[in-house]
Amino acid sequence: MTTLVNDRHAPGWNRPPIIESDGEGELLEVAMGPHHPSTHGVFRMDVALDGERVVRLKPVFGYLHRNHEKIGEGVSYLASMPYTDRLDYFCSLTNNWAYALAVEKLVGIQVPERAEYIRVILAELTRIQNHASAIGFLIQEMGASGTPLMYAFKEREKIMDLFESLTGSRMMCNYMRFGGCRVDISEVQLNMARSIVAGLPNFIDEFEALLSSNEILLARCQGVGIIKPELAVNAGLSGPMLRCSGVNYDLRKVDSYGIYGRFKFRVPLGDHGDIYDRYMIRVLEMRESIRILEQALHDIPAGPVADPKVKSRGIRPKPGEVYGRIEAPKGELGFYLISDGSPNPYRYRVRPPSLINLTILEDMCLGQNVADVVLIFGSVDIVLGEVDR
Amino acid sequence: MNTIEEIKTAIEAAVPGATLKIVLNPSVSAQHSLVLDHEHAVKVAEFLRDADGLQFDFLSNVTGVDWLDKELTEKVKVQRTVTKVVDGVEKVVEEEVEEARKRFVPGFIECVYHLYSIALRQGPLVLRMRTANRTDQVQMPSLTPVWRSAEFQEREVFDLFGIVFAGHPDLRRLLMWDEFEDHPMRRDYVEPDDFEYEPTPHDQVLKRAQAHKAAAQEGTVAAQ
Repeated sequence: MTTLVNDRHAPGWNRPPIIESDGEGELLEVAMGPHHPSTHGVFRMDVALDGERVVRLKPVFGYLHRNHEKIGEGVSYLASMPYTDRLDYFCSLTNNWAYALAVEKLVGIQVPERAEYIRVILAELTRIQNHASAIGFLIQEMGASGTPLMYAFKEREKIMDLFESLTGSRMMCNYMRFGGCRVDISEVQLNMARSIVAGLPNFIDEFEALLSSNEILLARCQGVGIIKPELAVNAGLSGPMLRCSGVNYDLRKVDSYGIYGRFKFRVPLGDHGDIYDRYMIRVLEMRESIRILEQALHDIPAGPVADPKVKSRGIRPKPGEVYGRIEAPKGELGFYLISDGSPNPYRYRVRPPSLINLTILEDMCLGQNVADVVLIFGSVDIVLGEVDR
Repeated sequence: MNTIEEIKTAIEAAVPGATLKIVLNPSVSAQHSLVLDHEHAVKVAEFLRDADGLQFDFLSNVTGVDWLDKELTEKVKVQRTVTKVVDGVEKVVEEEVEEARKRFVPGFIECVYHLYSIALRQGPLVLRMRTANRTDQVQMPSLTPVWRSAEFQEREVFDLFGIVFAGHPDLRRLLMWDEFEDHPMRRDYVEPDDFEYEPTPHDQVLKRAQAHKAAAQEGTVAAQ
């Protein structure tokens, strides 16, 4: 048996609790990763176990580090755009948007109506396919090897086809530009999007019928990996990880960036902060995304997708700095840029939600069984391309 | 949303002795920032987190910026006395001359914090802290005890910029490996030729062979 020495609701909740072994057995140190089926990439957790119980967990990063920020400082503003696709390679379009938004704020560029609508449509489709595959991976972690993931991928494939026909690439879309989008969306593609959205509620109903009340899912997810709201805010969590603990903070509502102020949608909030809440919030967010998509696809106006007078290439912003952020599927994705008046940014910084959401991985795992670590880790929903940059 | 001046006066009233400086941002975004002094930084941070009306409870982004040493060339007007020949008579005349002078501005590394308030839906408030120079005085207090989200991000700044955060509970490299020695995000960083170079037994053999070669050459020179 292990005992909690200081619990995390005490004034010291800023730090993970210290669990001391009772000395009956030796601690077993296990390196989970860097090559492990549950790590979604190359990532290591150095875990110390007392029997089945986790007493220490240190994440080790950097296997995929390529110093994205240094590369961004060596090239022009526009040249970083295709490279942002490689951050969170599941959601390249939201990465594009975050970067474009930061530069637009730095320079002061207005975006045409139609481009704003296209951005919303693409971002919400990205959110749906990200959440669907995140849930698929989570269930795979539980031992349901492949089948639920392939259900999710079936729907993702349709969205990917739309992305490919619009941008020329399934995953590395490189579609947004400062002050608009690269190409216009055709009526055929809009109808394609409409038919995808029309089919989505059925897909989610089916998904939920299979999973939401599944006994194994309930047994393994409820009450496991709990996050308290105070710690969630203090540790800078964002996205579904923050909202699962009941903190109402969605940047689409708070900042109303782009044209999100025009759409009616609700922000799902969790109650317990456990894995099940994180699963459920992703399902509900997909349903809200469908609502946004229906409104956007109905209202999208005709017009240009970029002002031809605004140049994207070779911009030289006035000296100054900016921090721009959006609600990416994984959390708050921000770009911090400093301009010194030259064609390259003086400082180019990505605020990676995946990395910062892992801050409290140890807190969530301490005292849990080692089998649950895999599940808790899966519920954070990270992509190593963004964690290591 | 409070203006940056209001926040500055509120901090100065609550934390006596804190010296703050406003850095204006001339770009369209107009996100101005406050430079904190090291001594009172943690107290100021706690005040910003807890004070009514501010409640900056969400530390979103932490990052470093490297500013290199600069040598500015300025034109200064200097008075000097010159002896001049005017109408065949030597006279001492005062005249004003422009002189180019070089001024050395020491560089520093800066840590930038972006704060938001979830409770009051306001932000961003930008805090900055600066090191004294870029070489030996690179310490500054860590804000991880106030906002836990700084934990990994300050480790990253330590790793890539080389700022040493006093009071950080677990200051190790985050992205580069532990044996790595330089700080890659600094502006004057030069990549090594071979990242994975390790001395091997073969190196010793080569060194010995070179020594033998040199000795043999000396021997032949001596023999001639």
